Amino acid sequence: MTGAATRDADGPRIAVLDYGIGNLRSAEKALQHVGAAARLVADPAVVEAADAVVLPGVGAFGACARALRESGLEPVARAAIAAGVPFLAVCIGFQLLYEGSDESPGSDGLGVFAGTSAPLAPTVKHPQMQWNQLVACGSGSGPAAAAAAPLHGLGERPWVYFVHSFAPPVGPETVAVCDYGGPVAALVARGNLWGAQFHPEKSGRSGLGLLANFVALAAGPADGLANGLADGPAADPAAA
Amino acid sequence: MRSIRLIPCLDVTDGRVVKGVQFVDLTDEGDPVELAARYDEEGADELTFLDITASSDGRDTMISVVARTAEQVFIPLTVGGGVRETEDARRLLRAGADKVAVNTAAVERPALVRAIADEFGAQCAVVAIDARAHAHGWQVYTHGGRRPTELDVVAWAVECATNGAGEILLTSMDRDGTRDGFDLDLLRAVVDAVDVPVVASGGVGTLQDLVDGALDGGADAVLAASIFHRREFTLGEAKAYMAAHGVTVRPA
Repeated sequence: MTGAATRDADGPRIAVLDYGIGNLRSAEKALQHVGAAARLVADPAVVEAADAVVLPGVGAFGACARALRESGLEPVARAAIAAGVPFLAVCIGFQLLYEGSDESPGSDGLGVFAGTSAPLAPTVKHPQMQWNQLVACGSGSGPAAAAAAPLHGLGERPWVYFVHSFAPPVGPETVAVCDYGGPVAALVARGNLWGAQFHPEKSGRSGLGLLANFVALAAGPADGLANGLADGPAADPAAA
Repeated sequence: MRSIRLIPCLDVTDGRVVKGVQFVDLTDEGDPVELAARYDEEGADELTFLDITASSDGRDTMISVVARTAEQVFIPLTVGGGVRETEDARRLLRAGADKVAVNTAAVERPALVRAIADEFGAQCAVVAIDARAHAHGWQVYTHGGRRPTELDVVAWAVECATNGAGEILLTSMDRDGTRDGFDLDLLRAVVDAVDVPVVASGGVGTLQDLVDGALDGGADAVLAASIFHRREFTLGEAKAYMAAHGVTVRPA
């Protein structure tokens, strides 16, 4: 093994929620690659002590919702979001921020954002398993600076990798869409809560750029106060 | 918007990348982790590792190759070869693979595809189909292309998609290693029959072959090996050519 984990041990502590779903190693490694002390965490107490939280998720919505619940990590995930701890939800994790999904009727999401995921347009292939371009839209909810932060430095219409068949509605929290049989909600931001339908950990340079922005958010203000980040404004991404 | 993925494929045995013609006469093409990193740098949209080793030692080596690749390459990684059980898929996914391709085991036990899809999600259940033309269509081959089956390729692809496969990796054995271009009739027949993405494989010798696979064959992704391993073209050159000839690709 390389020394990636030790090299980055000084970065912000990011808990990647390990609730038994999918390939979590990629998210952990990608965050380490951009300077975070990221680790897979199954212990709620360790999540509570982290500087930031990542909620991954692949597969079916219902299976993820159930696994998150059974893992005992759902309460700390909710608490982190409520407290304004930097929080990044990815793919099905992103869909879990909404109320539910047509994929798994009867399974409840976290309901942080209003709406239910629905199948992609019938005119396009399911799943969307491809790279697509992000198109910024609106300013998201909350301070404009926070909404712009995920995309800082990624250039115009960055290409990112998607794998999904369902998507939540475009709402006030949406800061970027992709075009796949119409606009599809691709990235949301509300304060320190970010959600990506695509996989930043699998999106090459663009994805690593977004993760670096998240690590900067997790690191807090540039003056580096160790615990001054929970509910502060978004970090200046230029400091990344 | 629909974009076409360009995927370099690395056939790996005993920790080395090899390439043969129609699945035999293997030559050494380099270190898989180094090649993977180079392709990522050049703009590959995804990487496919096919473990062509039969032994269990070889599979352990493959796990290590996948893990080392996943530490430095942050694009999707598909791994196939020797996946016979759900547990094999789990080990590869844990090592850092995003998708697992099954071939022989899917033919012998079609329920395996459903089991992998149920356990890990359809998005990571790829069925690899080795096809050879015969009088009335195409026949499915297993065991690295050595053993013919009674299965018709198009019907088998449809069955796999129905069974939960999230993608079909379609290799023309007739074209593999020949550099004569994809078997476009085969490709079109499968693309038209299934709703899931189809990756075209086998036969790329020129950059125009990649364009033809996307535009005439209707592939969602085009896969090639030797033209990249031997540095005849970079991924960037291939993508520039594809873009200039009407194929939407992520710029390198």
